[in-house]
Amino acid sequence: MEFLRPSTLVEALEARSAHPDGVPIMGGTDVMVALNFDKSRPPALIDLTRVPELTEWGTDSDHTRLGAGVPYTKVIEHLSGAAPALAKASRSVASPQIRNRGTVGGNLGGASPAGESHPPLLATDAEIEVASVRGTRRVKARDFYLSLRKTALAEDELITAILLPRATGPQQFAKIGTRNAMVIAVTSFSLALDTDNRKVGTGVGSAGPTPLRAETAEEFLEAEFDWEDGRPLAESVVRRFGDLVAAAARPIDDQRGSADYRKHALSVMARRALSWSVTDYRKESSRCA
Amino acid sequence: MAATTRTVTDLSSTTKDGVGASPRRPDGTLKVTGEFAYSSDMWMEDMLWGATLRSPHPHARILGIDITEALKVPGVQAVLTHEDVPGTKRYGLEHQDQPVLAFDKVRYKGESVAIVAADHPETARRAMERIKVDYEVLAPVSDSRRAALDPDYPLVHDKGELPEHPEFNQSGNRLRYQPIRTGSFVDVAGSKEGQEKTLERLRAEADAVVATEYEVGMQDQAFLGPESGMAVPAEDGGVDLYVATQWLHVDQKQIAPALGLPQDKVRLTLAGVGGAFGAREDLSMQIHACMLALHTGKPVKFVYNREESFYGHVHRHPAKMRYEHGAKADGTLLYATLEIIVDGGAYASATPAVVGVASSLGIGPYEVPNVLVDAYGVYTTNPPCGAMRGFGAVQACFGYESQMDKLAEKLGMHPVDLRVKNAMAQGSRIITGQEIDMPLPMAEMLERCRDLPMPVERTELEDPTDQRTLPGGVAGTTRGEGVVRGVGYGVGLKNLCFSEGFDDYSTARVRLEVVNGEPVVLVHTAAAEVGQGLVTVKGQIARTELGVEKVVIAPSDTQVGSAGSSSASRQSYMTGGAVRTACASVRAEVFELARRKGLVPAGVEDTGLALDGGKLVSATDGVLVSLADLLGESAQGGEVVEHTREYHHRPTEMIDPDLGQGDSHNQFGMCVHRAVVDVDVELGLVKVVALDAVQDVGKILHPQQLAGQIQGGSAQGLGLALMEEIQVKDSEIRNPSFTDYLIPTILDTPPMRIDVLERPDPHAPYGLRGAGEPPTLSSTPAIVAAVRDATRRPLTHAPVRPEDIVGIDL
Repeated sequence: MEFLRPSTLVEALEARSAHPDGVPIMGGTDVMVALNFDKSRPPALIDLTRVPELTEWGTDSDHTRLGAGVPYTKVIEHLSGAAPALAKASRSVASPQIRNRGTVGGNLGGASPAGESHPPLLATDAEIEVASVRGTRRVKARDFYLSLRKTALAEDELITAILLPRATGPQQFAKIGTRNAMVIAVTSFSLALDTDNRKVGTGVGSAGPTPLRAETAEEFLEAEFDWEDGRPLAESVVRRFGDLVAAAARPIDDQRGSADYRKHALSVMARRALSWSVTDYRKESSRCA
Repeated sequence: MAATTRTVTDLSSTTKDGVGASPRRPDGTLKVTGEFAYSSDMWMEDMLWGATLRSPHPHARILGIDITEALKVPGVQAVLTHEDVPGTKRYGLEHQDQPVLAFDKVRYKGESVAIVAADHPETARRAMERIKVDYEVLAPVSDSRRAALDPDYPLVHDKGELPEHPEFNQSGNRLRYQPIRTGSFVDVAGSKEGQEKTLERLRAEADAVVATEYEVGMQDQAFLGPESGMAVPAEDGGVDLYVATQWLHVDQKQIAPALGLPQDKVRLTLAGVGGAFGAREDLSMQIHACMLALHTGKPVKFVYNREESFYGHVHRHPAKMRYEHGAKADGTLLYATLEIIVDGGAYASATPAVVGVASSLGIGPYEVPNVLVDAYGVYTTNPPCGAMRGFGAVQACFGYESQMDKLAEKLGMHPVDLRVKNAMAQGSRIITGQEIDMPLPMAEMLERCRDLPMPVERTELEDPTDQRTLPGGVAGTTRGEGVVRGVGYGVGLKNLCFSEGFDDYSTARVRLEVVNGEPVVLVHTAAAEVGQGLVTVKGQIARTELGVEKVVIAPSDTQVGSAGSSSASRQSYMTGGAVRTACASVRAEVFELARRKGLVPAGVEDTGLALDGGKLVSATDGVLVSLADLLGESAQGGEVVEHTREYHHRPTEMIDPDLGQGDSHNQFGMCVHRAVVDVDVELGLVKVVALDAVQDVGKILHPQQLAGQIQGGSAQGLGLALMEEIQVKDSEIRNPSFTDYLIPTILDTPPMRIDVLERPDPHAPYGLRGAGEPPTLSSTPAIVAAVRDATRRPLTHAPVRPEDIVGIDL
């Protein structure tokens, strides 16, 4: 196995181009597990830990640009205001040691349907910046996940950054695990209200071959939500929203939980996330007033 | 004159860090700083790496094994199969039914088929991929109830397959069937019709009847240090094995015949053990490493990886239980029946002994005049099951305690009141007729547990929305919505030390000498330190008995007699007893030496003498002589006083095969738990808020280590209550990793208030009672009872799954 250690982004993209079968490695929290268990034997590892461009982050008026190699710990420390749902999701990842190493870019590269980052990226309509020797492009998170662990990333491309739109309303994330920390999601849910555009975003994890959106639920809530005053919603509306989120899921029975439970839990999380959002929305509007 | 033995009340001593103190563990600093060498850390320059090819099928015939291509891999030194086993081809703890390497058939997924030694673990793995095994796949034999009761169910082991055991497997897949009958069930024993009539009559007499089926899932010991060790070939044709195990001598007894070597050519030394909990009672890589070392003439090291470890050791028996209890209106129990089936998997391991415990303690610590128990241990093609902390008593405890709660609810009684009403005490007889001839303050313990202060209500918390205090934890699933508090109790009875006629003993060698002007004691035993702290306790006992502060603990090996297993909560009792006995012999010889030298005044008996603070002292005359002066420097021809002594506990007997009567146990231990939980009843998630315990340990040897045992046992029971289950479907494990086999984290483990009683057992050294297992019994039913209290769901499966709480069928 070749071990490549590029020290600039240009070198990294050249290495990626030269080794389309190689596996990029950053925190190693997924890749090393697969190697240690003999589940994967890539011909080359491309170590990205020395590429400075990947570990930067910054915020402008429209976006937060998060380098693909920024560990979860930094997301929690620095982005809980700019990207609340992603920060909440990051807090629920594994253990402190893993959060010090694991990255959103790695989560996207592995594209496990259980990855904590995906539902917030879907709900907030984030974009993924990918680069190759051919150039740089942006892919919407909503177009990124193609099928089980397959993404829109071409074989010569690296994930370089995540572009998170400025939060203009409440954002939620919740994840079910059968213990209270350090657990892979049985299922997870994220909700984001885009007040400026009066749009609702959702993201659902561990309930299908890819991270999913509940588009019918989004449209339903966009129509029902009181964007002016954030008045409390009728119980029937909240319940309907939960049902629509559950209906969008395509879960299976596996060792982590049954399909029926996943749907049930999604409906509960969706209802709760909505009621928290209404509360937060009213708080925010009263502050603005 | 006989050696004096100090009484329980006579432990006052000026020698520090003796019995009752909390000295630091001798290996503690190394472990905390990461410098302790565990068995997987061993290294030799010229060593080879061993690897194991395992069966991908739970049940298949082996038609052929071709190792030709594997041998061609550069760096491979040996590829061995069953044909290369030098001696007996099978081994086992109770029945020798497990092949060293599979032949004819594989009976569980993960069974060892071939072994490889190579210069690098990766080379060994590549070689294994080139071994061709031709299997004819058979249907799994996975249903334990059918294995127990259906004579037409396919056999896991064919009849007559083990000619050296003609008695073996005459009853289909049943490894052991143990009935117990008391009261009105005695006269109708063996008659189905008679039993049914008796049951009908008792039901009619009862004011309340509860009948329920329960299941306990397959729990894993989840030790952190995987199976590992190193075998080094010796010049005498023998082998030295360094291994993490629970019982060196029983390993030796199984390894030597398989290698075709006499016992003394197979020498074992304990390597650093990273947890055990029963999972290291059976052999894993021991024989394989020795075979490869003897074959190649080089040291061979094995380290299982985590997934392999799930296939490489036995687990806790899953159990299916049918309980029925009848009681009078005032709560007095009238009768109880139990059918319990424990799934032993492919090989016997400790299954017969587990059945012995599950049956004899199947109804728990309650006075019940009429009892009918049918207990079965069976073969299936599921993963082999054997010893785990609690050993058959854990499964039953979940059942009978769930029944007590259900009965209390039906009678409108507080669950503690019903338990107190029927509580056993000293002088009670358990269902085998054995009298409890030691203190058993069960009623008092229950009352004390109920009276412990309750944790504050959620509303009184500083920040009730702090996610760390809520079910679901940091994953943020609730801000208080759906959260309901519940309270539950559990009590369990556990046999301590080995039972059923086993001559249970331990051996200790104790040496006293003067080195550099200072008396020093060397304690040498073969007892396995598996994390429990025996290594500390041995030193404390030597200090107390010999009044010498400096004690050196020799490495555990087979150069001294057997210590028995580090299991059954027995090492403080047995090896502690052996160290104490050997110390008494050393002390008696020191007294004799002093008398010969004329240092003891006339008329002073041994009972008036003591060793304290490195001196020989007399109750009447004070200091007589320092040990340094009495013995003299050992390097300059001074006296070296050394004794090796065995300690046996009192004999026990098998219970009879028809009515299950007999004095099968040595000692009984008890713990009572109260659990307080917050349950998100809409999502089925649980936060244990408090898990408080009352335990009688007879005598506290080391308060800090005792607290660790009770906390650890309680947490392991918490795991079984809420998350720990090896999920087996069609005989295949679905979650062989710590990603999906969940054990409690610190966020899942609540503060524990621990109330310890010391009511001495007159039969035991210092009056002590084994303390490691009882908390593991009672915490599980207490937590499940608390979740039932919050949810009003029946919850008959341990662990409770979120689906069970929200009412989704599985």
